[in-house]
Amino acid sequence: MSNQLLRVSGLSAGTEDKPILHDVSLAVGAGETHVLMGPNGAGKSTLGHVIMGDPAYQVSSGTIEFDGKDVTEDAADKRSLAGIFLSYQAPVEVPGVPLYSYLRTITQKRPELKMTARKFRARVGEIADQLDMGSSFLTRELNVGFSGGEKKKIEMLQLLLLRPKLAILDETDSGLDVDALSVVSRGIETYRADCDGALLVITHNTRILERLKVDRTHVMVQGHLVAEGPASLIDSIDEHGFEQFEKASAVAGGERA
Amino acid sequence: MSERTEKRTQVADVDRSLYDFTYSEEGYERYEDGLTPDIVRAISEKKDEPQWMLEMRLAALDTYHAKEMAPNWGPSIAGLDMDHISTYVSPRTKQAKSWEDVPDDIKNTFERLGIPEAERESLAGVGAQYDSEIVYHNMREEVAKDGVVYTTIEDALHDPQWEPVVHEYFGTLIPPADHKFAALHYAVWSGGSFVYVPAGVTVEYPLQSYFRLNAEGAGQFEHTLIIVEEGADLHFIEGCSAPKYYEANLHAGAVELFVKDGARLRYSTIENWSKNMYNLNTKRARVGADAKMEWVSGSFGSHVSYLYPTTILQGARSSCEFSGITFAGATQDLDTGCKVILNGPHTTASMDTKSISKDGGCNTFRSSVVIGRRAEGARATVSCQSLMLDDISRSDTIPAMDVRNATASVGHEATIGRISDDTVLYLMSRGCTEAEARTMVVGGFANPVSKELPLEYAVEMNNLIKLEMEGAIG
Repeated sequence: MSNQLLRVSGLSAGTEDKPILHDVSLAVGAGETHVLMGPNGAGKSTLGHVIMGDPAYQVSSGTIEFDGKDVTEDAADKRSLAGIFLSYQAPVEVPGVPLYSYLRTITQKRPELKMTARKFRARVGEIADQLDMGSSFLTRELNVGFSGGEKKKIEMLQLLLLRPKLAILDETDSGLDVDALSVVSRGIETYRADCDGALLVITHNTRILERLKVDRTHVMVQGHLVAEGPASLIDSIDEHGFEQFEKASAVAGGERA
Repeated sequence: MSERTEKRTQVADVDRSLYDFTYSEEGYERYEDGLTPDIVRAISEKKDEPQWMLEMRLAALDTYHAKEMAPNWGPSIAGLDMDHISTYVSPRTKQAKSWEDVPDDIKNTFERLGIPEAERESLAGVGAQYDSEIVYHNMREEVAKDGVVYTTIEDALHDPQWEPVVHEYFGTLIPPADHKFAALHYAVWSGGSFVYVPAGVTVEYPLQSYFRLNAEGAGQFEHTLIIVEEGADLHFIEGCSAPKYYEANLHAGAVELFVKDGARLRYSTIENWSKNMYNLNTKRARVGADAKMEWVSGSFGSHVSYLYPTTILQGARSSCEFSGITFAGATQDLDTGCKVILNGPHTTASMDTKSISKDGGCNTFRSSVVIGRRAEGARATVSCQSLMLDDISRSDTIPAMDVRNATASVGHEATIGRISDDTVLYLMSRGCTEAEARTMVVGGFANPVSKELPLEYAVEMNNLIKLEMEGAIG
């Protein structure tokens, strides 16, 4: 197991006044696709944010290792440059910052993506086409005035441009209509195929997973990882919901108390 | 590389020394500090002025002495001791038409500020003032052929064709009795620009005047008089900067803009006075029927500013747009804003201002909208957005409205915001350092103003933002 890309070990974290994650351990190998499921409020997004390095959460114990290095103390920008990517559930709007120049800036932060302005333009155009984004997207301001679906496409655009080793997709499928969902799914497939990147897909419904070959499924309830299994676990959740795990969590919580 | 070093490197491409350099005043003509009729006479005599101008100066000096020193509102100007401000400092050089003829130290100053380069590439004419006198003035020949005049007030006063025009307009829009520092201005004014655009002429490239105050403990009192005749069109840019000194410097210029019927004037300013400057400047425009006045303003420098460009929409259907941004950092108290007086029927005014405060800087935005009795159907909107970068800075908005016509409408909105943690996280999680993320947000905030500027100036403004954001955290 030493060749794991991401290794979360015994991680407990939360906000200043509220613990959210309890003793979470999980490992994702290079190029693998993992799914993190669980009911609303289970702490799935928090885990994604803590792996990315969101300072809103404090780690009280445990470690996060990425690519063989302990990144638990690193700021988000260092983790990003190391190859972690988080696609947000609700990407923020940044008024006045043109999308295109923003993309150029974040690409230039990565020596491995060094390319001429001309090549960059072509590359962005190519990805925008793949994601059914008109070229007018690029002259607009970062996420400003875009619909939920369009914002998710912009997240996918950055994912394909930055080619991270690990992409955490936080509810990327939520609130999308069928067309947008199909484009986003295509983006994820392209990332898998082109970058051989690992995925940690956070979701509470299973539709986005229909087109993905899933290696492992993790279930989180009330901040605990309560189950881990192969892709077939998804089908079981589809059928029975999370109730079975919630009971297990209640027992686990009781033991702890 | 440590975290700290990384934060510093992202602004390393902005050279602090760009504005912060000085040259010796050796051999310069510097008048005694303080204000006496003798100094006023000496300035006037040196300029070999018409009698009416000397009389105007002396009358203004009386007005200056008669008025109370400190305004009882706004930032303190107690640090400004007029007895220790030299009102006239002249480099010993004649005004040149070629940069080759400008003395090296002064030429180097403007080279470093990029003025000759901008002139070659994108300007129709340039005037450069160093301390109290214009040291360089030139305009493209084709512009002169259209009858456009771009010169100094001093030269216009020596030209029999233009002396009556200056006499007719000078001091009429901003009278010497307007306020104490207007009176001071008229007593000791020196340098500045006279621009005349004949009816129907469109000046394709902007004209630019650059004001550089090199001398310590001195004042700069340039006068800008622009007349844009009927149906004509002009873009005028003013730039200002000064190196940092410990002694107070004073800038009390006056800008009088006459925009005739159907004409358009855009007046852009990039101001980066040093942080020991008292910027007590007055700008005013009078706009004729169907004419348009556009202000674009970026203010970064000065210790204390009192600055409220004023537009009088006199003619029917005339309009005014104002976009401005001020940036107040440590030790800065900037009281700025804009005023518009809508007198003509169906006049419209739109003011969009932004302010950024950090490291304990204070921004006060004052807007004043006056709608006169005759202004049927006049419309004015004021929007003021403030961005606070920390808890120790301050931002206030003080709108005033005086509406005397029942058919007019006025709108006002003000917002004060901070850079959200979510935004910083978003940008950091894509690889930007925290400082870069904040700089990007601030640049975006300023973008609606900087995109109104010609490209090179937008770049300069973005560089100033980066420079001001240096060390904004940690």
